[in-house]
Amino acid sequence: MRGQEARDQAERKAVMATLAQASGGDIARLWNEAGLTSEAELLRGPETGLVTVRGRIGGGGAPFNVGEATVTRATVRLPSGQVGHSYTLGRDRKKAELAAIADALWQDPAQRQTVETVLVAPLRAAQGEAREKRRAETAATKVDFFTMVRGED
Amino acid sequence: MYVAVKGGEAAIANAHSLLADRRRGDRSVPALRLDQIVEQLALGVDRVMSEGSLYDRELAALAIVQARGDMIEAIFLVRAYRTTLPRFGYSNPIDTGAMLVERRVSATYKDLPGGQLLGPTFDYTHRLLDPELAAGADVAEPLQRETEAQAMPRVSAILAREGLIEPDGEMPQDHIPGDITREPLEFPMARDVRLQALSRGDEGFLLALGYSTQRGYARNHPFVGEVRIGEVELELDVPELPFAVPLGKVRVTECQMVNQFKGSAKAPPQFTRGYGLVFGQSERKAMAMALCDRALRATELGEDVVAAAQDEEFVISHSDNVQATGFVEHLKLPHYVDFQAELDLVRRMRAEYEARENPDVLEDKKEAAE
Repeated sequence: MRGQEARDQAERKAVMATLAQASGGDIARLWNEAGLTSEAELLRGPETGLVTVRGRIGGGGAPFNVGEATVTRATVRLPSGQVGHSYTLGRDRKKAELAAIADALWQDPAQRQTVETVLVAPLRAAQGEAREKRRAETAATKVDFFTMVRGED
Repeated sequence: MYVAVKGGEAAIANAHSLLADRRRGDRSVPALRLDQIVEQLALGVDRVMSEGSLYDRELAALAIVQARGDMIEAIFLVRAYRTTLPRFGYSNPIDTGAMLVERRVSATYKDLPGGQLLGPTFDYTHRLLDPELAAGADVAEPLQRETEAQAMPRVSAILAREGLIEPDGEMPQDHIPGDITREPLEFPMARDVRLQALSRGDEGFLLALGYSTQRGYARNHPFVGEVRIGEVELELDVPELPFAVPLGKVRVTECQMVNQFKGSAKAPPQFTRGYGLVFGQSERKAMAMALCDRALRATELGEDVVAAAQDEEFVISHSDNVQATGFVEHLKLPHYVDFQAELDLVRRMRAEYEARENPDVLEDKKEAAE
């Protein structure tokens, strides 16, 4: 695979990860604030189904099935032809639809920057902040061991 | 001949509306919202997700409120719901080493990379009821400490360096992970299938079995190598995309139990391992699962099977609380015909017994009757 194509795929995947982690409410709010278009043809879904979550024996060994998770997916086509997909944990159909449209818009070179700026960047920033807050709260519960010296010399 | 007896429709319908009323309770008390349950009864929600075997907080919260807080009923509701959904596939295996850790403790190493992070634990609390909570007191924001993000390798990786611990469990190269939601249980089972059954198993049952191993029934000298709780990224391979699609994050609890092992005909002295991995925050369940996983490896490790916790068929066949409650609770459903047949049989046996024990009485009765 050529370098540019690999970078594009990594970026697209990162955008999908950000959208999947965001709440449907936050996506809809940013969407409306920015006046993004939601004009798109639904090719599939939004539909809810199950994904079986796999772990690994001992953490890094052979895979095994842990249990299932609800996942909602959608596929859309923009009037300009781009096809977008979304898969996201939970049962929020509106979120899945908007995420699929965002994926399609992102693939349109004319729209990519807008999607990044008005939608992905604020979500990413909020998620990063939440992650750092959580990390710092956990860090405050870290045990600092110390040794007590007992007796003379 | 089969005689159908009908009736009870009105009684059933009225019982259901009575249930709905009692579930709601006093109407002057505000109704619970699902987000309140998700936020404030989070560990109950986690248990329903884990044993219901379905990761979906809102659904678990709905199940809890619909079941009036009866956890096994809630788990049953979730299990029933999941059968209505199509399946999109199997996720890529989660990487617990890359977890955003919210709690991580090890009982085997004091100083390990990343440190001991207590997180939101009940440990070290005094287990005193809090009257201020009853009064609805405000709760302070937690403290924060700025630190560099630190890698937190699994503790098993540290022990592995010395070669004194067995590696993560491997299966044969061509092994496809079994799925108990697709194929019926078969014994003996592979470890991967057993782990799936244990992960959705009843917490109380696994806890009791794990406890039994500590008390000497299949003693296996466990140490908590590590317990970690936190969120991991979930990814799914789909045909329409050239990369694994990220689905979001799920919170899981992982337990690495490390067990002393004096060796056997099949393996040298070393530390062996039991593994626990469950949805949500539930280290009791993950630890119990790890203890049971290790006990159930008795045959594989050449140990004598002498205790209940080592008996795969016993443990796995009875670990599912939806199955267990179904079979126990079905006893209260009408068994009128079965019982009539049994009643007949017992009457006959009793008459024969009495005839054997007291032939004279019977004779007397006969005579009196004549």
